[in-house]
Amino acid sequence: MDWFMVLEWLIKSFVLVMVLLTGFAYLTWFERRVLAFMQVRIGPNRAGWQGLLQPIADAVKLIFKEELVPNQVEKLLFVLAPIVTVVPAVVIAAVLPWGPTIPFPIFGRTITLYIADINIGVLYITAIASIAVYGIVLAGWASNNKYAMLGGMRSSAQMVSYELALGLSFVTATLLAGSMQATHIVDAQKGVWFALVQPVMAIIFLVATLAEVNRAPFDMPEAEQELTAGYHTEYSGMKFALFFMAEYIKMIAISAIAVTLFFGGYREFWFLQTTWFSVDQNWWLGPIYMFLKIVVLLFFMVWIRATLPRIRYDRLMAFGWKVMLPLALVEIMVTATVLAFGLPWYVNTFASLVPFAVAVMIVDRSLTTKKQRRVSNA
Amino acid sequence: MTDIKEVTYDEIRHLVSDRAMKGETMLLNMGPQHPSTHGVLRLLLELDGELVLNCIPDVGFLHTGVEKNMEAKTYQKAEVMTDRMDYMNTVGNNFTYCLAVEKLVGLDVPDRAQVLRVILAELTRIQSHLVWLGTSALDVAAMSVFLYAFREREATLNILELVSGQRMMTTYIRPGGVWRDVPPEFEPALRDFLNVMPKRIDEYEALLTKNPLFLDRTLGIGTISGQDAINWGATGASLRGSGINYDVRKFAPYSGYEQYDFEVPLRTEGDVYARYLVRIEEMRQSLRIIHQALEKLPAGPVRSNNYKFVPPPRSEIGTSMEALIHHFKLWTEGFNAPKGSVYVATESPRGELGCYLEGDGGPKPYRVHFRTPSFDNLQVLPVMGTGHLVADLVAIIGSVDIVLGDVDR
Repeated sequence: MDWFMVLEWLIKSFVLVMVLLTGFAYLTWFERRVLAFMQVRIGPNRAGWQGLLQPIADAVKLIFKEELVPNQVEKLLFVLAPIVTVVPAVVIAAVLPWGPTIPFPIFGRTITLYIADINIGVLYITAIASIAVYGIVLAGWASNNKYAMLGGMRSSAQMVSYELALGLSFVTATLLAGSMQATHIVDAQKGVWFALVQPVMAIIFLVATLAEVNRAPFDMPEAEQELTAGYHTEYSGMKFALFFMAEYIKMIAISAIAVTLFFGGYREFWFLQTTWFSVDQNWWLGPIYMFLKIVVLLFFMVWIRATLPRIRYDRLMAFGWKVMLPLALVEIMVTATVLAFGLPWYVNTFASLVPFAVAVMIVDRSLTTKKQRRVSNA
Repeated sequence: MTDIKEVTYDEIRHLVSDRAMKGETMLLNMGPQHPSTHGVLRLLLELDGELVLNCIPDVGFLHTGVEKNMEAKTYQKAEVMTDRMDYMNTVGNNFTYCLAVEKLVGLDVPDRAQVLRVILAELTRIQSHLVWLGTSALDVAAMSVFLYAFREREATLNILELVSGQRMMTTYIRPGGVWRDVPPEFEPALRDFLNVMPKRIDEYEALLTKNPLFLDRTLGIGTISGQDAINWGATGASLRGSGINYDVRKFAPYSGYEQYDFEVPLRTEGDVYARYLVRIEEMRQSLRIIHQALEKLPAGPVRSNNYKFVPPPRSEIGTSMEALIHHFKLWTEGFNAPKGSVYVATESPRGELGCYLEGDGGPKPYRVHFRTPSFDNLQVLPVMGTGHLVADLVAIIGSVDIVLGDVDR
């Protein structure tokens, strides 16, 4: 281990953390502007050009705000909880490649555009993602507030349930790539993205991630209309900002994971492979593609928030256990079968749609029977 | 510390189950500062997990003594108090009060004023329903609908501002007519609104009516049977959503409502979704009424010329001694209403809004009482909400459409 290797890691880690932190700040701006656009409002446009300094103004305000610690709280856990929430959100992105290897050596070293390419990358992601739930549960419990406790309980139940579907969609990507290593998964999508090979699992992944990062319509733990602010009711100032930061960084991180696992990672569209737009010819296009893909996914998250009502807590659990999990299991069997027989990828696509159609029909049917039961009750 | 705790538990002992006393269930204060209680409603909830076992509404946080205050003011001046009760139905409150005063003293209202009153009352109904739509959609976290609804509400408020100079507290309807005639810009502005609004209602419906998540949140939630609704005195959408056809505009028409062709939307299911559909359809029917009223809007005076009760026009005061005397008497002493009591009911956006007025022969009312629909609808909440989850309770509160100013007055 020479000194430059350490320096390289330091620089890359620093860059990643900085990107995530500023990304978080500008994601709040992005969300507010996009929401405002969808809701016939203007949104923040006063601080700086088009409101671009708004995140800085918000940060300054939160830093100088009084840190309130209520009397009856568990002080240690109360302070620990935001930290436990925010750290996994930042470190989760360490295994994700955001570009190919730089083709020329710098100081005699080949530079790769990822921090660590561990061979169980997918497992690492699942493991780290689960830690974040502790922060929320601890916050809910340590606050000594009934609303916060309800929020914490909701979140633990929700995250544990949705992690199953999430984990199973990781399995699909692993099956298709034949490796758990993030770089291998990206390379395997050179020809065709996994989102095309297994579209249903990609959808399940995206739905489960919404639940995992507590975004609408699964923002149960902080359901403003029900639990005032849920688990962070008692938090203020920078402690609140840390929760807020964790949620938005997780949004970015989880979008990056989605891109890596299902949308070709840092790679271009498969039909651009031989052109100038390929990352094989211009390595610096990798981070740009990654960025654009993440922005598109984030836009979808904001769009969903603007459109959909919140699903009810018990229905959310029912959906997770009765629909998502069985469907994910069936889809894995489909993929495994197709792979075992060595059939072409589009067979997988069509085969995956069959269980999906059945699931949609069952959900639709249950809603219709609910409607009918309601009429007969009246 | 322990003493305080015991006293409070004693107070609620007869309200909640014994399990709450043992700590098996959780007592949760929802409100008065809570984003979903639509103001300052406090609910004491007994929860088993998130299941509501007991729901005890506690009202009175917004008590302003409107009724008592009105006894200290002359009949004309007391009217401004009515705006402040149900701040979503300001014109309707004025309307009810003026009808009561007119009935007490026997005043006639010119045709043009009658039609203008209907137009503005229906416009206010649409405005109130828009606020209900926005806030109750926000209660199930469909946040965009809120802002879309407020966009159209802005248009209605602009029209109210056009005719009265005020956006909410209009006091435009006065005993014996209306304040003054509408400006020429009124009709085009109203027609613009009438053209735009049906499309907007379709837009709201596109976002909610068939949305599976919305259906999931509202179907079969907060059900109340028609008989229960009658027994609890619920009116408005809470009653019509349960299949009881009662609308004061049809049942006991006032101000010429019998001349308009409109329907009373009815649903039989009695749940949150039924009340949602009823109100959405009511907006369409209100548009129909406004349309017809605008077509037949007659020319003529907008105020009664009975100068014993209605101040003479400003232009006459300079030339007519009698007008000056009337004006002076009316604004210093007021008019003397006969001894007796009247009750007048109108259909407010929330249900039957009644005004009981008792005169003692003097210029000030002896007693004013309002039968406000929010108060009666709110007491059904425990029946609707018990056995549902906290999240449902929020949707139910939204669907009952309470205005706390109307509850406590």
